[in-house]
Amino acid sequence: MEILGNLFYGLGVAVSPQNLLMALFGVILGVAIGAMPGLGSVNGVAILLPITFAVPPTSAIIFLAAIYYGAMYGGAISSITLNIPGASTAVATTFDGYPLARRGKAADALVTAAVASFIGGTISIVLFTFFAPPLAEFALRFGPPEEFAVVLLAYATFAGLGGESPLKTIIATMLGLLMSTVGTDIVSGSPRLIFGGITGFYHGINFLVLAIGIYGVGEIFYTLEEGFKTKERYQAKLGVAEILSTLKRLTQCTSTIMRGSLLGFFVGMLPAAGATPASFMSYSIAKRFAKKPEEFGKGALEGVAAPECANNAASTGSMLPMLTLGIPGSPTTAVMLGALFVWGLVPGPRLFVENAEFVWGLTGSLYIANTMAVIVAIFAVPIFIWMLRMPMTILAPIILVVCAVGGFSPTQDMFDVYLMFIFGAVGYIFRKLDYPLAPMVLALVLGGLTERTFRQSMIMSHGSPGIFFDFAGHPIAAVLMMVSAVLFVLPLVPMILKFRVSRAGTSS
Amino acid sequence: MMKSLKASRRAIPFLTLALSLFIVVALGTTQALAAWKPTRPIEFVIMAGKGGGADRIARLMQKIVTQNKWSPQPLVPINKKGGSGAEAMLYLLSKKGNPHVILVTLNSFFTTPALRKLPVNYTKLTPVYRLAMDTFLLWVNTKSGIKNIDDFVKAVKAKKGKWTMGGTGKMQEDQLVTNMLMQAYGLKGMITYVPFRGGGTVAKNLAGGHVDSTVNNPSEGLPHYPGKMRPIAALTPERIPAFKEVPTFKELGQPQLVYFMQRSINAPGGIPKDALAWYTDLFNKLCNSNEWKDYTSKKALNRACLSGAPLGKFFANEDTKHKKLLMGMGLLKN
Repeated sequence: MEILGNLFYGLGVAVSPQNLLMALFGVILGVAIGAMPGLGSVNGVAILLPITFAVPPTSAIIFLAAIYYGAMYGGAISSITLNIPGASTAVATTFDGYPLARRGKAADALVTAAVASFIGGTISIVLFTFFAPPLAEFALRFGPPEEFAVVLLAYATFAGLGGESPLKTIIATMLGLLMSTVGTDIVSGSPRLIFGGITGFYHGINFLVLAIGIYGVGEIFYTLEEGFKTKERYQAKLGVAEILSTLKRLTQCTSTIMRGSLLGFFVGMLPAAGATPASFMSYSIAKRFAKKPEEFGKGALEGVAAPECANNAASTGSMLPMLTLGIPGSPTTAVMLGALFVWGLVPGPRLFVENAEFVWGLTGSLYIANTMAVIVAIFAVPIFIWMLRMPMTILAPIILVVCAVGGFSPTQDMFDVYLMFIFGAVGYIFRKLDYPLAPMVLALVLGGLTERTFRQSMIMSHGSPGIFFDFAGHPIAAVLMMVSAVLFVLPLVPMILKFRVSRAGTSS
Repeated sequence: MMKSLKASRRAIPFLTLALSLFIVVALGTTQALAAWKPTRPIEFVIMAGKGGGADRIARLMQKIVTQNKWSPQPLVPINKKGGSGAEAMLYLLSKKGNPHVILVTLNSFFTTPALRKLPVNYTKLTPVYRLAMDTFLLWVNTKSGIKNIDDFVKAVKAKKGKWTMGGTGKMQEDQLVTNMLMQAYGLKGMITYVPFRGGGTVAKNLAGGHVDSTVNNPSEGLPHYPGKMRPIAALTPERIPAFKEVPTFKELGQPQLVYFMQRSINAPGGIPKDALAWYTDLFNKLCNSNEWKDYTSKKALNRACLSGAPLGKFFANEDTKHKKLLMGMGLLKN
């Protein structure tokens, strides 16, 4: 077993005092960065990159990977406690995490998120350790048509999950798609919907600006109206007994977590797709398989576990194409890839041979960082619970400031902060009118990718949509398209059946 | 400068300035070193997204400057990727006279202002330094069996207009090179250009067999070389040292097929002369550092240090050349 030998070697590299310290620092910083809405792992890694210049590349990548990892844990924290996803990967965590927090069960949700993340991460790291090179071959087979099929699959799993009104879901989705077209169009190269040249629209509408606006700021507006009934909202407790009982209940989610982790790893591994669709797909699949799907959205532990295990699994998965193919599987790995070049390393199959210390040291450290992260995240829970007990009159202004920082940091443009407050008002109105927010956010996150891969495929096929159904030329795309088609039709079946039954009833 | 010192009421900027002046004196530099020093963090604007080629280079520069402690203030990279560089260039225009903002450029520095009729182009900015010229190669998938340029031309013609070329963005470097190739070999209308988001993605799509060819930079092709990607010819006047066995188009009888991507630094227009001198000195040190030499040789870039009036002339030439290329493609009218 050559791989086991390499792994032990890597663990040996990772447990050197310097590397252990780097991993611990990275994890703690990562959890903090992830918990701050708007900072997120992309900006965190980019900002902290200069710190790594002083240490050798192996320690540096261990540090950056630990931040990435920690941020995935931390991202769940603001989703659950404040209903503000700190990164697109944590949007799905708000669906059930925040209702749980409102019912005074924030601690349960946070522990669930941490444990699910740990399992997802571990499964993913094991797959990464043993199958990285063959999986890289598999990832290479994904071109634009395959990527489009994956995105379509993400929409398909999500269809039928919307609110009570399908029309409202469709409107919200369309608005999200429309917003995703703002900015530079990659196929024609022209800027679109910039309203006569407003510079702030050139870079498009950043996901975080929308998410922080409609969730964070919108939530504050909503709370203002409701009045500050904090006492009934957050009576969270956390002790050893609570953790144990949560862990016990988590054993019922085993299959959800296993499915979510595997799905997360594979989707994360595909360049371009990444952790966000993975977390949405995992959530939707968990709901479909659930014994009590009606509990989803109202505070089901499974609804927290599913996206969290998937996004952590995906974060490890996205390191695979970074190291083996030199392409980022996520925005954060794009920055890490840049760091790789700064250190003078060339990604690719040869990296595994020529820089074994680097690759296997990183692999070894992932096991260690993952374990550290779950401990740090659980220890951090009481801090956040304490924070939630603060009166809303203090908490609300703090959240607003954090939101503003979050809106500013990705692009460093004040325009985005104003835009964020406008979205806050939109979020408030949407909630009043009972429009679902999640489809709009999902559409904005995936819209650009959907359009780009579709148009690239059409250019490649010289305008023939047959490229998506070509079992000989693009078997993966064709199979995924079929699965999507089935998933789109599935929610309609009960409706059609009901319709026929009611017609049969009237005619007899 | 005295004025600004008087105006500053806080001690810290004053101390920093005093300290940095002291260091300059203490170092005993006899040369008339620039009297200007940055007093605030320097905004290092990148006209592309995080993780792209320009971003990598910017962060490498940040590393070299930080490690050698060449600047009393940090370089803070800021990505302004919108509008193929339009956002970044308009930002620099709005910072006229501000010496604490610099821009790291690619060739969209020439194409974007022309195509988008922006109120800014290279003449509205201060050229500071050119550090490198990135090179281009024509690549195919190893499975294609194409070994040389004749095979390539034959294969393109055999596909009867269905040949695909992957590249970064639209009407940017890769598409210009593609068009130059088509003109040189009489392949007009036979190659379909497929735009992707970044050079790494382009290379992956060739390695995975989703497009038929690319014109990737050497550093982008390296992860898949020699297993999955094969270079056919280089768009350089001399062979690239890292790819000694690959002929240049010049050797193959197409001397006009030479194209570079310049990596240079620009500041807003109207910055103080002293500030320009300080930056020129900084990037001169950087360009001649061992770290930069090492990086450029590993990544098969041409290290190309240039500043002052020759740089201005170089920009003017490149600008004319790019306008001609765009006109040749019918994308730009006089």
